[in-house]
Amino acid sequence: MNEYNVLSFLESSAAKYPDRIAFKDKDEEINYSDLLVRCQKIAFVVRKNVQQEPFDKNRPVAVFIDRNIKSLQLFLSVVYSGNFYVPIDPTLPADRIQSMLDTLKPLCCLSATTRKLPVEADSFDSLIEQSEHVDDNYSETLNKIRELVIDTDPVYAIFTSGTTGVPKSVIVSHRSVIDLVHRFAESFPFPDVPVMANQAPFDFDVSVKDIYNSLNLGGTVVIVPKSYFVMPAALLPYLQENNVNVLIWAVSALRIVQNFKLFDACIPESISLVMFSGEIMPVKCLNYLMDHWKNATFVNLYGPTEITCNCSSYIIRERLQDTDNIPIGKSFANTEMFLVDPDTLKRIRTTGEKGEICVKGSCLALGYYRNPEQTDMAFVQDPEVTAYKDLMYRTGDLGYYDEAGNLYYAGRKDHQIKHMGHRIEMGEIETVVNALDEVKMACAVYKESKEMIYLYYSADEACDDIIIRQIRKLLPAYMLPNKFVYMPELPMNAHAKIDRKKLTELD
Amino acid sequence: MEELMEILKGARPDVDFENEEALIDDGILVSFDIIYIVNAINEAFDIEVSVSQLKPENFNSAKAIWEMIQSMQE
Repeated sequence: MNEYNVLSFLESSAAKYPDRIAFKDKDEEINYSDLLVRCQKIAFVVRKNVQQEPFDKNRPVAVFIDRNIKSLQLFLSVVYSGNFYVPIDPTLPADRIQSMLDTLKPLCCLSATTRKLPVEADSFDSLIEQSEHVDDNYSETLNKIRELVIDTDPVYAIFTSGTTGVPKSVIVSHRSVIDLVHRFAESFPFPDVPVMANQAPFDFDVSVKDIYNSLNLGGTVVIVPKSYFVMPAALLPYLQENNVNVLIWAVSALRIVQNFKLFDACIPESISLVMFSGEIMPVKCLNYLMDHWKNATFVNLYGPTEITCNCSSYIIRERLQDTDNIPIGKSFANTEMFLVDPDTLKRIRTTGEKGEICVKGSCLALGYYRNPEQTDMAFVQDPEVTAYKDLMYRTGDLGYYDEAGNLYYAGRKDHQIKHMGHRIEMGEIETVVNALDEVKMACAVYKESKEMIYLYYSADEACDDIIIRQIRKLLPAYMLPNKFVYMPELPMNAHAKIDRKKLTELD
Repeated sequence: MEELMEILKGARPDVDFENEEALIDDGILVSFDIIYIVNAINEAFDIEVSVSQLKPENFNSAKAIWEMIQSMQE
């Protein structure tokens, strides 16, 4: 099929399997045919409520999310409306939400949560209520919108940490998501009827893989309550009850299974495909999973949000030695990956030599929303191509190739980290702390062996409590430093900059 | 109790463990915090918290965690 809109996945599965459950959470479920009609009607209501002009499209719609199928229905409704959705976690500090909305200037806000929101939003329930009264000509309106939309139009935007202290919004097109879904279907052994346990929050692009792969394959997405990852006694029994067979999870979530030895109590036997990404998978954890899910296929996935989830993969064939590194593997079809010298941007083609990982292809995001400076820094012209426009994305990740042509991840060229599955710029934490009157200088450092963020700061006197109280208003909980260390002066290096290396090495 | 408070503060300096009573129910502690806290109390108090004990009622407050530890030491 020649799709150019992600909604084709939903429509084709709804035609083939109208009665199959598409989405399910702890409280409710919806089948494909109901999902299709409902999202179209809500889309009509959304456009009508804001009196969007018939030719107008591609406007951001903020969706306040929760761990429920209402969120997913709102996403698809927004796509039907010819606009793009931006998931927002309502538990973030109000000031942070406001700064996101300032960037977006959304067409409207929708809400799938019962939590208190800092702004007005149309609730899912009220949209459903209104959609019961739409005229029969709604589908005609939607068909017209559909004709307007092309595959380089955006589907969603997802916020990620930015060094300047303002979160950046990565905006992704239909074309990129369609490319991703086809690459997944051809590369990995999905079961005939996939049942995917969704772990990733909907404001993380890991969840994009659950949603659209499942719609494409006529599968079911089962949303796992967040609390099951905090108090995990119920986690594996829930997977078993729902006959889950596919896990596309963050490494940090799979580590919970190993850390608490959850297989002692329950081994869900239906699992046949386990894919993970976001951080380096510890071999100890992988072996634990492989020992208990003996017939499952395990896949290491790599890629930042800016290239639409993933661009390379490695299927792990057998148990590994504790000292082995797991490759991030080879690039997907229709995706080009290569290494460059981060300073000269010259290609590195020698096996074993490290360079910055760059990516080209339909997977490239459209950039950062309303942020041309950051966009131009990361999405750059391939210097080897001078005769026409040809963009590559600079990941900021370092890597190297082995003899077999497999790529390995080898750290960052800057101060971005991965902590509990979250991508965090140390610079964002520092910007927020440095803005406080009490603080003279601050440096955030990630101690990998302890998996903790340390904040070193200088001030007239120790003021941990003041800093904590202030930055809680601006940063999400996962970005808050685990340790605060007061120093009369921060160590400086020969270039009169904070000596980060020295701070990293401090105990 | 003092040793436990040290551990909790070490995990999350931003949380008011003296007064919070819904650490789990209100989503204040996240999964990574629980991993850290459980590993630390296992070591500090020479106990082995099992999967079945990972329930909200055992972790909603510092007091509840302390009571769980004490019951395991008996």
